[in-house]
Amino acid sequence: MIPRSFEYHSPRTLDEAIGLLQKLGPEAKLLSGGQSLIPMMKLRLVSPEHIVDINRIPDLDYVSESDGHLKIGALVREHQLESSDVVKTKFPVLADTAKVIADPLVRSQATVCGNLAHGDPANDHPATMLALGATVVATGPKGKREIAIEDFFPGLFTTALEAEEILTEIRVPLPPPRSGGAYLKLERKVGDFATAGVAVQLTLDEAGACKRAGVGLTNVGMTPIKAKQAEAFLTGKQLDEATIQQAAELAASESQPMDDIRGSADYKRDLVRVLTARALTTALSRAKGGA
Amino acid sequence: MAKVPITVKVNGVEHSADIEPRLLLVHFLRETLRLTGTHIGCDTSHCGACTVVMDGKPIKSCTAFAVQADGRSILTVEGLEQDGKLHPLQDGFYQEHGLQCGYCTPGMLMTGYAFLQENNNPTDDEIRHAISGNLCRCTGYVNIVKAYQYAAQKMREGGA
Repeated sequence: MIPRSFEYHSPRTLDEAIGLLQKLGPEAKLLSGGQSLIPMMKLRLVSPEHIVDINRIPDLDYVSESDGHLKIGALVREHQLESSDVVKTKFPVLADTAKVIADPLVRSQATVCGNLAHGDPANDHPATMLALGATVVATGPKGKREIAIEDFFPGLFTTALEAEEILTEIRVPLPPPRSGGAYLKLERKVGDFATAGVAVQLTLDEAGACKRAGVGLTNVGMTPIKAKQAEAFLTGKQLDEATIQQAAELAASESQPMDDIRGSADYKRDLVRVLTARALTTALSRAKGGA
Repeated sequence: MAKVPITVKVNGVEHSADIEPRLLLVHFLRETLRLTGTHIGCDTSHCGACTVVMDGKPIKSCTAFAVQADGRSILTVEGLEQDGKLHPLQDGFYQEHGLQCGYCTPGMLMTGYAFLQENNNPTDDEIRHAISGNLCRCTGYVNIVKAYQYAAQKMREGGA
């Protein structure tokens, strides 16, 4: 399968890349990891006239801790996230997520920021970033602006990015003490999109009650879903088994799955319930210092 | 559309060509350079038959444009053998019967090459995780895992 012809641009700075987006307009598409874009071009689902390849812009491949945040640059590959020490020690939910995305070869190329910027509700990082309360940094002709992850996915394959903006950084608040998270995904085989996925991030107070709960759902709606009712229900409570089960039922009721080859809507809704309960249990154990 | 000049180091040798930007890396390797050891399997980023190592990382060459390899270094299955001596992984596939039809083998070897550079003392589970993006329809993977272990041991003993 061969994509339609396009003109190739390889800017060396962010300013140059944004200038190209301004000049070329909606016919330009950004190429970073390319693991969603190139298959879509080969299938001719998209045929951009211009490709702006940002892979040669230096200094965008950082995973760093500063100002109370984990910062993930635009060119950080999934493999890099998966093997990052700070991610492994402080963000088990991110480590869980990175290692179930596509397969190891795709993860050599695919970028974390691209996983969000693609706007696909079947992608895995959106749910995790919703659970973590991340912020997205968009850089455009007028400079940088921050977008809360909750506001980033207005519709199917749509994001809050303007056509002339580039998602340059993801900022994730460093978890306070007594925090833990988990991401669980059921997939038919390695490399498939999730039948359903659930991301959970918890912070407990000194008495062991839930101080903050983040719950994000993958591939059970037109957009990634933040299960706000489940989050509100969990907050302030001791997380015993009955509470976890009730929260899981709320998360299931907030999902909006559709019948497809991966299962019926009813099946997926129930899957959200089961995965939410399991993810909460693991997150709770991790928040208490367990594995 | 304008052609683009690229220079890519493949198996240690620099190659320059003027290419269409839409040319996929796998087609550049097979058709422009006539290095047909890299296979095209599914052509949809699922099977891993087209795996090559770019700057040390295993990637699917059906899901990269050749122009992205400009200035970079590629290793294909043709580059594994050195001075007439098989790489320990190639030897491992031979010794442990790690292939039947052989179609997935170049990809399996290149994934293994990159993986064993990072971890030359893997568990079977780590190997299975590493090859989860490479499909084999013949072997059932058991002998491929053994072949990786064979190579890992040789490499630990200082074979490569």
